Amino acid sequence: MAFLVWSLVLLPVLTGGVLACTGTRGAVPAFPVGIAVAAADLVAAVAATVVRPSSEVPLFRGIGFGLAVEGPSGLLLVPVTAVVLAVLWFCATAIGPRESAARFTGLMLVFSGAMLGTVTASGLVPLLVCWEVMGATSWALIGFWWRRNTAVRAANTALLTTRSADLGMYVAAGSALAGGAGSLALDELPELAAPWSTVAAGGLVVAALGKSAQLPFHFWLSRAMEGPSGVSALLHSATMVAAGGYLLLRVHPLLAEESGVAAATAWIGALTALVLGLVAVAQRDLKQLLAASTSAQLGFVVLAAGTGGVFGGTAHLVAHAATKAALFLVAGAWLVGFGTERLVELRGVGRVRGGLGGVFTLAAAVLAGLPPLSLWATKDGILAGLGEHDAALYSLGTAAATLATLYGVKAVRLVLTPPPGGPPVVRQGTESGGGLPPGRAIPAPALLSAAAAVLGVLTLPWTSERLSRAIGVSAPAVPTPAEGAFSAALAVVTAAVVWWWGRRPPPVPARIRSGLRRWGVFGTPLARLPVRALAALAAALATFDDRVLDRGVHALAGAGIRSARALERAVERPLNGGVYTLSAVVGGLGRTARRAQTGLLHQYYAQAVVALLALALLLLVVR
Amino acid sequence: MLSLVVFLPLAVAAALAPLPSTVSPRVFTVGWVCAAAVDALLVLVVWLVHAAGTGITFEQRVPWIPGAGVGYHVGVDGLSLPLVGLTSALFLACAVHSVHRTRGVKGFVLLFLFLQTCCLGLFTALDLILFFVYFDLSIVGMYFVIAGWGSGNAGPSALKFFLYTFLGSLALLLGFLGLYLAAEPHTFDIVELARAAPLSGQGVFGALVLGAIGVGLLIKTPVFPFHTWMPPAHTDAPAVGSVILAGVLLKMGTYGFVRIAMPLLPRTWNEYAWLVVLLGVVSVLYGALVAFAQEDFKRMVAYTSVNHMGYVILALGSAGLAVGSAEQARVLAVTGAVTQMVSHGLLTGVLFLLAGALYARGGTHAMGQYSGLAGPAPVFAGVTAVTVFASFGIPGFSGFVAEFQILAGALATATLAAALALPGILVTAALLLRALHRICLGERPSIPPRPTEGSHDFTDLRANELTAMLPLLGAALLIGTLPRWLLAPIEAGAVHLVGAIG
Repeated sequence: MAFLVWSLVLLPVLTGGVLACTGTRGAVPAFPVGIAVAAADLVAAVAATVVRPSSEVPLFRGIGFGLAVEGPSGLLLVPVTAVVLAVLWFCATAIGPRESAARFTGLMLVFSGAMLGTVTASGLVPLLVCWEVMGATSWALIGFWWRRNTAVRAANTALLTTRSADLGMYVAAGSALAGGAGSLALDELPELAAPWSTVAAGGLVVAALGKSAQLPFHFWLSRAMEGPSGVSALLHSATMVAAGGYLLLRVHPLLAEESGVAAATAWIGALTALVLGLVAVAQRDLKQLLAASTSAQLGFVVLAAGTGGVFGGTAHLVAHAATKAALFLVAGAWLVGFGTERLVELRGVGRVRGGLGGVFTLAAAVLAGLPPLSLWATKDGILAGLGEHDAALYSLGTAAATLATLYGVKAVRLVLTPPPGGPPVVRQGTESGGGLPPGRAIPAPALLSAAAAVLGVLTLPWTSERLSRAIGVSAPAVPTPAEGAFSAALAVVTAAVVWWWGRRPPPVPARIRSGLRRWGVFGTPLARLPVRALAALAAALATFDDRVLDRGVHALAGAGIRSARALERAVERPLNGGVYTLSAVVGGLGRTARRAQTGLLHQYYAQAVVALLALALLLLVVR
Repeated sequence: MLSLVVFLPLAVAAALAPLPSTVSPRVFTVGWVCAAAVDALLVLVVWLVHAAGTGITFEQRVPWIPGAGVGYHVGVDGLSLPLVGLTSALFLACAVHSVHRTRGVKGFVLLFLFLQTCCLGLFTALDLILFFVYFDLSIVGMYFVIAGWGSGNAGPSALKFFLYTFLGSLALLLGFLGLYLAAEPHTFDIVELARAAPLSGQGVFGALVLGAIGVGLLIKTPVFPFHTWMPPAHTDAPAVGSVILAGVLLKMGTYGFVRIAMPLLPRTWNEYAWLVVLLGVVSVLYGALVAFAQEDFKRMVAYTSVNHMGYVILALGSAGLAVGSAEQARVLAVTGAVTQMVSHGLLTGVLFLLAGALYARGGTHAMGQYSGLAGPAPVFAGVTAVTVFASFGIPGFSGFVAEFQILAGALATATLAAALALPGILVTAALLLRALHRICLGERPSIPPRPTEGSHDFTDLRANELTAMLPLLGAALLIGTLPRWLLAPIEAGAVHLVGAIG
């Protein structure tokens, strides 16, 4: 059954890759093909969840490329593929970009395939491959409208932020190699030798925090809203941000060995849930509210991974995926229909079309954590048992849950209460043709929303025990009746207070509110500082390269030429002069010698006599 | 067979040489394409036969100057065959790219055929003098390419390139002579020298010889601080000249390390591996940072070459550390290094061809002069985007296969150095994304910067340009997704090399 897990990943990646390259020719078949592939993938995902195939092919020396359905991935395949299908259906019928439909659909398919690969990867190499392909595709999707400089910059921010966190995964791979896990399989990580296991765990946690937009990497998610709404619906729900949470749940055996890293992870998750919850409450823009709530909700998953609640975290991930996909689809439809995202201008839109308003209200109620809906139950599953061990984390989690109720109910109240002048009117949108979605589009968000409402059954003791046994993780802690009653009462009372408070300004100084509102900015000084330093360093080094290093080489060559000239002056010319002098002397001697050749015989005789005498004298002296 | 592969281009050049330069330029360009294509097919045959054998295949040994221990000794193994393949692929791409060339075609084609023989010869040579001859002749050939067909400040740039790399080759010759003298009996044969390893244990002399060879190869690679000849050479060279310079000639430096410096001086290599690692890390970071500050697209790509070659040097240095242990990590690093040579050749080749397309249309490499080209030229923008992502190591393309092996392997043996080099992949990503944004994305200005005659906007890539680029990108994609056919021979060579250096 190995082909099942391969086709699960390769089918969307290959079709998507081809589709993305077809240009305008692929515009007409793009959405039908995309929906067909997504549907086939959903079928494959169901089959793979039942069969649990695994397969590995050799890649590097001693390191394979393996895909397997094991651990938490068993529960995630169907939600991921279902959300992809729903989002593509809604894009095709309602909010999809009309321009470059083939590129859009193709990239969405590649993106979903990469997410499925991430979820099924059984080693660090396949994980990193799919992880980074997902990051690259998210760049292309966020920057989909490439003519807008803001969109391209947002895409660059998202890719570079997540990739800087990804370096942790490279470090983890190197540590695994050094620590004795030569195959880099995820299952071997807990057995790493002492210092390396800490490094590997830390690296993986950093990578996961980046992808899941947790503190301090959260800011990229705010700017990622520059992409089409369909992209947000996929990116914020079952893919991308979910990948980080999933990774932490998947490598939980390693985290269990590294209590320090696990504790830090739990705290970062809890703090993100709290801080980004505050940010979400302060928003005036619907999509920004939803985006901040994504980080906050993923914070619960990260908290779960840090405290060992693998099943609870997975259930929360699944429930959140359905909820957030539904919310973003409806928000996208409103953006298309009313041309605005500002909450003030969206007042009462929930009443314009009953279907959409109902879907949104239900999903937002789930997000608000109202009992007995799913996120209330899954969040309680994560916090269950924490109260005894770690009161601080429990209080943080409870406070964050209360904030979730605040922002969830705030959103519902706004879209359901029209201003005195009546709800806004449908007009030409910014994304595509405008107008509200046709009836055949509604089932997509409606089914997601319905699923979001009832997925709480996952945490019932009967189901959770069986499911956790099936995916091979420890059975989750079940909240005591007292804990359940307390959290239910807290949620209901908070919701009632928020509803009653209405549009009155909240009892918080305006400066704090506006500071929180600009969360995409308040993270950026943190990111901008290294970027500025980098640019300055790069400029300085470039100057050094031109002015010092290159000049140095030229100076060296110049020195060569100068020394050659000096050599000419100091040695060559005197030497040459010497040669001339010598030749002049020789010439003079020659001329002198020529004088003897007079042509007169008697003089030759006289010369001969002189020579003979000289010889005789020499002979005498030598003897 | 191997000699046929090597000398076929030269033979074609000899056949084309008597033709007067007044005949149609097509005769020369098509002749070149045919020669390069046949040679590529021959290399494919060599590859298939080699895959069935082990060690050095296609070995041929003919006495040349027996008195001086010089022989014509050729052969291929897992370390050289990938580079032979890369060379034939790049020359074929250059031939296809130049098919419509009209200016000075005869000399251009003959020079490239000559260069192809030099490059193929170097990667198959198993004799130091043979290696040296090809090394020097390639410098001569490239000098004429830059000086004769370059743009801008071509003369001085070519002279700088020639003198600088020629100086390197002299150092190389000095080192070779040291090896020759140390061997008993005296020989220049690489295989025999590797077997004897004559200088192992001779501290100072060995260090001097390695120093001479190292400087010669580092200049060619080039590695910080010996790289300053490269940016002007690339900026002023014709596009296909840059492709060969970056894609093939730079690899002569790194290939020299795995063929000569490491196996012939194993103990000395172990001793100075830390210095090599250091140079590699500095090159990685320095190349990336200086590239970040460039305004000229071609100059920027040239500096990213310093960064990419830095990874190769880092990997080879780290393989010399941890003697006797961490075999897997060291083999991984060496395999990654050779893969990086191939990958860089393919991807930088495409980047330089794209730079050539840019220059041919806009008349400048300055990135500030362009924006929003994805509108008028979607294919150009698409190819650029894919190449840019592949070049900074996104999985699915060869760069990732190379860099992952290098970084994972080096992290295991030279942990701190590799950790320092790691942010290099982030800086390259940042600078390449910024370049992509500046050139291809964003708003298109209402008035194009420099409308060329007859067309009022940037025209998209032509068929022959695409035919040259897509196979190179396709090869990078193939290596990135199904790499075993490439990695299997490289790993065999890497295991042998790591065994030799301890």
